[in-house]
Amino acid sequence: MSTETQDDGLEYNFAYLDEQTKRMIRRALLKAVAVPGYQVPFAGREMPMPYGWGTGGIQVTASILEPDDVLKVIDQGADDTTNAVSIRKFFQRVAGVATTEKTEGATLIQTRHRIPEMPLHEGQILVYQVPIPEPLRFLEPRETETRKMHALEEYGLMHVKLYEDIARHGHIATTYAYPVKVNDRYIMDPSPTPKFDNPKMNRCAALQLFGAGREKRIYAVPPYTDVVSLDFEDHPFEIQAWDNPCSLCGETNSFLDEVIMDDQGTRMFVCSDTDHCTTRQQQGYQGPGQEAAE
Amino acid sequence: MYVAVKGGERAIDNAHRLLAEDRRGKTSTPDLTVDQIREQMKLAVDRVMTEGSVYDPDLAALALKQARGDMIEAIFLVRAYRTTLARFGSSLPVETGSMKIDRRISAAFKDVPGGQILGPTFDYTHRLIDFKLAADGGDPEEAISMDDAMPQARHVLDLLAGEGLVETPEASQDQAPPGDITRTPVEFPMDRSTRLQSLARGDEGFLLALGYSTQRGYARTHPFAGEIRVGRVAVEFQPEELGFPIQIGEMEMTECNMINQFQGSKTVPPQFTRGYGIALGHGERKAMAMALVDRSLRAGELGEERTAPSQDEEFVLSHCDNVQATGFVEHLKLPHYVDFQSELNLVRKMRRQVEDGIAFAGKEAAE
Ligand SMILES: [Zn+2]
Repeated sequence: MSTETQDDGLEYNFAYLDEQTKRMIRRALLKAVAVPGYQVPFAGREMPMPYGWGTGGIQVTASILEPDDVLKVIDQGADDTTNAVSIRKFFQRVAGVATTEKTEGATLIQTRHRIPEMPLHEGQILVYQVPIPEPLRFLEPRETETRKMHALEEYGLMHVKLYEDIARHGHIATTYAYPVKVNDRYIMDPSPTPKFDNPKMNRCAALQLFGAGREKRIYAVPPYTDVVSLDFEDHPFEIQAWDNPCSLCGETNSFLDEVIMDDQGTRMFVCSDTDHCTTRQQQGYQGPGQEAAE
Repeated sequence: MYVAVKGGERAIDNAHRLLAEDRRGKTSTPDLTVDQIREQMKLAVDRVMTEGSVYDPDLAALALKQARGDMIEAIFLVRAYRTTLARFGSSLPVETGSMKIDRRISAAFKDVPGGQILGPTFDYTHRLIDFKLAADGGDPEEAISMDDAMPQARHVLDLLAGEGLVETPEASQDQAPPGDITRTPVEFPMDRSTRLQSLARGDEGFLLALGYSTQRGYARTHPFAGEIRVGRVAVEFQPEELGFPIQIGEMEMTECNMINQFQGSKTVPPQFTRGYGIALGHGERKAMAMALVDRSLRAGELGEERTAPSQDEEFVLSHCDNVQATGFVEHLKLPHYVDFQSELNLVRKMRRQVEDGIAFAGKEAAE
């Protein structure tokens, strides 16, 4: 790959990381794809962004990015959130790749906390930023223990936790980072996406890659892999639902953000996926908020 | 009417400009030079080098200037720069026993061969603000030179090792290539060289608190400061094609050997054990705290019961890196509104259930 010289005179390898590091990460990625849902340790590098701000996802993206890729970066479903802007700018600067806000037109989407509403298609790659890759971490803080539990497929603790939720609240009280079982083997943390997005991971046509920079783990879900949200026969998995449609585009089947409008606490609900919402509005869909404004 | 907030890019650019302005402060005050920081804020520079894991006083001073004096930010800058550097190979282990000594003290013996050398230390100063420094302190009085050449002296602990009173570090480990936590993912349990490496770049404050906790009864190790030495060591490198080592430079380092009591076990007679600490530049507090924690973490190896945080390898080593810690703590500033929305819906649902339950119970009671 060529070396890019920047406006400020600094020189970086294409997509910032040196080729040796990229190879190391790609090897970890191949292993991750071969064993879906298994957390592969990798020698994560110190990036020029803070840990916890997407360094895992950024390293994965940097390792697989090609000059003709079209990159989309979202945070909370939106392209214009500050950290999404910052990461997109980073790759524009160090890789010079084309970027887009359109889910459909992107070859590579890096995301934090959401999966786009529009179904992804074959050939696309979704890269997740992951803070705590270990789904068992809050039940067992020790890595030495959790690795053993995965190796032995000893997941009783997780089922007990979910069962205790039901005993106490009558339902499972986990709303995001809701644990899934991948390819009928490993329990996996879907990253802190809302459980609303879990069904989109199942048999998804796109390749899903997960990078945890601080914890130095990579894992993957290859296309068309079974991803099942944990549940019980008498308490099946359910996703969130809203009483209102999106105020702007009228969508009734998307994840909605609640926006506080004034000091009196007036609320409105809008799609968290900004591309989905604007596309629908361009197609002529209208929500109750738009109609009221007219 | 709500319009999705646009303009994140402009906001970020402007934040960067404001930061640059704030960093400079009033332009009527002369700009701080990197030389001034390196020469007059030496201990800050040294800490940035140690926890940033690069021996480069100019770079550390520049990082401190850019970071506006925020230590962890400066350490982060140095670390991020370090990752981009090419590696030529590993030096030979530095011989701290042949250190050219600036300061060397032992709290275990009144006198030792080579002597107690106080050197530049805050230890016996009275902590009174020196207002002369605010006025124009002028140049300090010249110190009386005890000896023209920097002295050298054997390690105090070597003198005890001869008698078998203090353990000798296992020779087998000396031969093994040291681990590199910046190039291989860490795994637990860690070997001691990798563990020492993690501690060496670990946060001074965190290790200080943990070391302190061992003195207050959480895994007491009965420590004595066997020796603390500060001075310059030669760095040697042996190119493969050359076959003999060449000196490529000198580094200032601080080393601490703690001596700790050990009751002995079935296989080992009672003897003193060691805790080891080291820092780039002058960093006594760090080296001492590290030595206490190192000794505490050897509990398993020495057959001691693990009861305290300082003995818990995963707990200590997973949390001692301040660049990782600050990143994850501060990432809470990033938007989390999708997750918060999910929790909001859940709490509303649970409150409704409780209210319905109360209403139902109230109705039943009334009937
Ligand atoms: Zn919408």
